[in-house]
Amino acid sequence: MEDLCAKFVSQKLSKVRWRPAPATALQPPELFATGSWDNEENKISIWSVGAVESVCPNGEYQGEPQLLCDIRHYGDVMDMQFLDQERIVAASSTGSITIFRHHQNNQTLSVSQKWERAHCHVDSDTSACGGASCTGVICKNPEIVTVGEDGRINLFRADHKQAVRTIDNADSSTLHAVTLLRTTEILTVNSIGQLKIWDFRQQRNEPSQIFSLTGDRVPLHCVDRHPNQQHIVATGGQDGMLSIWDVRQGSMPVSLLNAHDAEMWEVHFHPSNPDHLFTCSEDGSLWHWDTSVEVSEKTSFLHQGGRSTFLSHSAVNQPNVNQSVVSAWLSNDPTKDRMEITNVIPNPTLSVNSVDVLGPCLVCGTDAEAIYVKRQLFA
Amino acid sequence: MEELDVEPALTLVPGVAPGRGRLHFQWGPGEMLVCEAAFPGAGNSAPLVLINCTRHGEKGPGCPYIHVLRKDQDIHLHTLRKLFNESHGIFVGLQRSDEELSGKSKKAQLVGVSKNYRSVIRACMEDMHQMAISTRDPALHNQYSTQVSILSAMELIWNLCEILFVEVAPAGHLLLHLLDWVRLHVCDVDNMVREVLSSENPSKHELFWNVVDIFVLQGRMEDARHLLSKEATANPTSKGMCKILDDLMKKMPVLGLGNTQTLTEMELKWQHWHEECQRYLQDGTFASNPHMESICKILLGDENAILEKKELMTTWYHFLVTHLLYSHPAVKPVELRFYAQSSLDQFLGGENSPEPLDTILMAAFEFEIHQVIKECSIALSNWWFVAHLTDLLDHCKLLQSHNLYFGSNMREFLLLEYASGLFSHHSLWQLGVDYFDHCSEYGRVYLELHIERIPLTTEQKALKVLRICEQRQMHEQVRSICKIMAMKALRNNRLGSALSWSIRAKDAAFATLISDRFLKDYCERGSFSDLDLIDNLGPSMLLSDRLTFLGKYREFHRLYGEKRFSEAAKLLLMLMTAHIAPCSFWMTLLTDALPLLEQKEVIFSAEQTYELMRCLEDLTAGKLDNQKLQDDDIETTKVEMLRLAFARNLARAIVKEGTLEGS
Repeated sequence: MEDLCAKFVSQKLSKVRWRPAPATALQPPELFATGSWDNEENKISIWSVGAVESVCPNGEYQGEPQLLCDIRHYGDVMDMQFLDQERIVAASSTGSITIFRHHQNNQTLSVSQKWERAHCHVDSDTSACGGASCTGVICKNPEIVTVGEDGRINLFRADHKQAVRTIDNADSSTLHAVTLLRTTEILTVNSIGQLKIWDFRQQRNEPSQIFSLTGDRVPLHCVDRHPNQQHIVATGGQDGMLSIWDVRQGSMPVSLLNAHDAEMWEVHFHPSNPDHLFTCSEDGSLWHWDTSVEVSEKTSFLHQGGRSTFLSHSAVNQPNVNQSVVSAWLSNDPTKDRMEITNVIPNPTLSVNSVDVLGPCLVCGTDAEAIYVKRQLFA
Repeated sequence: MEELDVEPALTLVPGVAPGRGRLHFQWGPGEMLVCEAAFPGAGNSAPLVLINCTRHGEKGPGCPYIHVLRKDQDIHLHTLRKLFNESHGIFVGLQRSDEELSGKSKKAQLVGVSKNYRSVIRACMEDMHQMAISTRDPALHNQYSTQVSILSAMELIWNLCEILFVEVAPAGHLLLHLLDWVRLHVCDVDNMVREVLSSENPSKHELFWNVVDIFVLQGRMEDARHLLSKEATANPTSKGMCKILDDLMKKMPVLGLGNTQTLTEMELKWQHWHEECQRYLQDGTFASNPHMESICKILLGDENAILEKKELMTTWYHFLVTHLLYSHPAVKPVELRFYAQSSLDQFLGGENSPEPLDTILMAAFEFEIHQVIKECSIALSNWWFVAHLTDLLDHCKLLQSHNLYFGSNMREFLLLEYASGLFSHHSLWQLGVDYFDHCSEYGRVYLELHIERIPLTTEQKALKVLRICEQRQMHEQVRSICKIMAMKALRNNRLGSALSWSIRAKDAAFATLISDRFLKDYCERGSFSDLDLIDNLGPSMLLSDRLTFLGKYREFHRLYGEKRFSEAAKLLLMLMTAHIAPCSFWMTLLTDALPLLEQKEVIFSAEQTYELMRCLEDLTAGKLDNQKLQDDDIETTKVEMLRLAFARNLARAIVKEGTLEGS
């Protein structure tokens, strides 16, 4: 816990994202971007966590994040993704999508492209268009997919002025988040507890598959896909429950894990170490889920304030699958179901809205206007 | 009512033409005052701050502008947001801390909390200082500098309160704490020391003796002796004198914090040391060097000698502590007030009247906690300080006895004021919630009133507000938020969203309204929208009758689509006979029965057909009563067609049933 560093930044943060490292680089990430919400003037900011020189010989990290530059953003920043090393895609509560370019030579930000009213409510009488909040964005250069409160799905290309593909009324309820499943397929989650797969190769505007939580229709707020095993998907719901899905089979989650006490805002598999998962919530907690721990090792973790959870409910069994290739996330073996969970933030107060992990580093942003950076996740 | 403590300060509202008679104003939401004006104004005139002026539009020829005035201006300072957020965490931690701790550990914990608050003030002050230095705009620079001095005064007061009320240091230790307090807040000396020490020949520096004096005045004997040694090496003639003075300083008895010696032992030693100093002074050992002589006088606690160094001490409370250090090292807390008062009088010498800060510190030395809080409330332009300080002192069980003639108690009153200020801020409202939570008497009511006024710009924000209300079982507010969101969705033609919101609020009436919209759309278009939602209603279908009907009717369509005709027919009939369907929809349902009646095989049994016929007759009979001759041709044709179809189906059914029974 010692290397957890907090900085109060005088703006409520809705999103934090590490800048992706170049493919060849091995050093830990240095820059991250934040987006704010609910301020009179919202901003996208770029922060530096210090170069390698500022790390002491004993490996201890010193110094807090430094602001490099910021730029005004109209409306709340609802979601944000790095398109590449220099460009950031931001989704606004006004319904517009903006690409910002970070000029690294003089540390400035500029707007490089903007799609106004990508999401909007159309008035049926006047056909006037009022902006609707864009709730989620995911990109894989050059393609950008956005979803919004208007239930619309947009597909943009960074070099095109118009949307490449738009699915109006794709969902009758609010779409809360989106992620890429495979090259042409995306996954969306909505406010009535459904997970839908959309395939852009198909011309009809219908989802190719629908999964849903049974019974309570608890809204889902976030979704992430396992980086290596693309059929494993994690979602987080309004009740703070973590659901793991296997999109190859069934229409219900493989497992439901009791987690936070309030809305889970984000869930992320560690991109290079997917046995680790990170979730953050409205209740102010940020959890690190670790399935790599063997049962025998667990006792040593207990005294460190770690917490064990239990599998509350298994909806679908795993028949006839070779156990050795099954990810720990899908395993139903009761002895292996136990996983190690640690709360990263001490004394939680207000909501942790966003978390991002890259390499050994974690960053998160809260409604208490603080950024937390942890540099040694696996130390 | 108590009388006013101070005359209320005047705020000049620019733009109000003097000849135009009275000033018209109105209380607006969130602690603001709105008033009309003839022309726009800008500027800051305390204590109310003009936040902005808005064009009033077409209203009236005379007053095209509206000014918004706010009190509690500090809440809106961007630079203080850090202070509010960080202290919020400490506040919540203090409320959560278990009550079981008692005695020493409890006190240690409270002192820790107090120090945390102070370090937050200091961090904010340093940030502000950095900003003041880096800015090029002189107006901004002034603003930041003012803030720095306010913050530093706040920290000074807090620190003194911490020593006197939280730490409750006993005689002897009290003085050590006060010394630390003075050293912490008189920072000019460090720069001066650096300047002197970095010069080539420190003892020849013009400020050399000033620095030595300051060290002595602050009781920093080690530092003073170190400098004195420089003088001794540089100036062999005074070496002997230096040696003696150095020896006196070294021998000065101090009560260490970890020391076990008793107060009487200490006093004995002190007496002895005092006499030794006296001896040296009287036999003229230092007569040749006025600097050293005055230091020796200071060591003896000579008030006039100390007062001569007024310029170096800058404040009366420094004088007080120095005076105590060399005259009454074992001062008891209760005696402080006499020394404080005389020090203040002597230091100001009747020339200047005491400033608000002096009054506040004096009240603290007099252990008048309520006076401290009252003076702070008047002098400072924010509620942050008094609210947090009072809460801390309340946790020290120091405010139990005092009752206000309004509200519940002082702690709660101040917290409510502060939290209300937070709620008037665009972004800080979330912090206010926790403060209201810890006001047992009126917090809940305040929260209910404030939370309803939060603008719900996005669904995400609505969800956050909703979570706050749900956690506190504020059903009325939950309903109202969901209704607002449902209404918004409805206006945007997002029926699915609207239905989700009303289901969340368990708002049956609104669910009925939306179900009707769905059915109306169906009647107009002939197909359902938002199938993904309606097919997934689950148990929430039971929220309202109309919603149940919507779900069931959709189920009928699905069964029909899947060619499960007899099940579909049964469901259709049930919708009417069990009175789930609204009467206005019966004609549509009967028309839906037509294709089933025309199937090759018989679907409706004879009995079911009778039921259908009865439904039709009930419907037409009802119609006749209400709107007798309104039936147009289409309607009549429809009824005729239905009757015909029923009759044919009845015939087929009777034949079929007869045959089956016969065989």
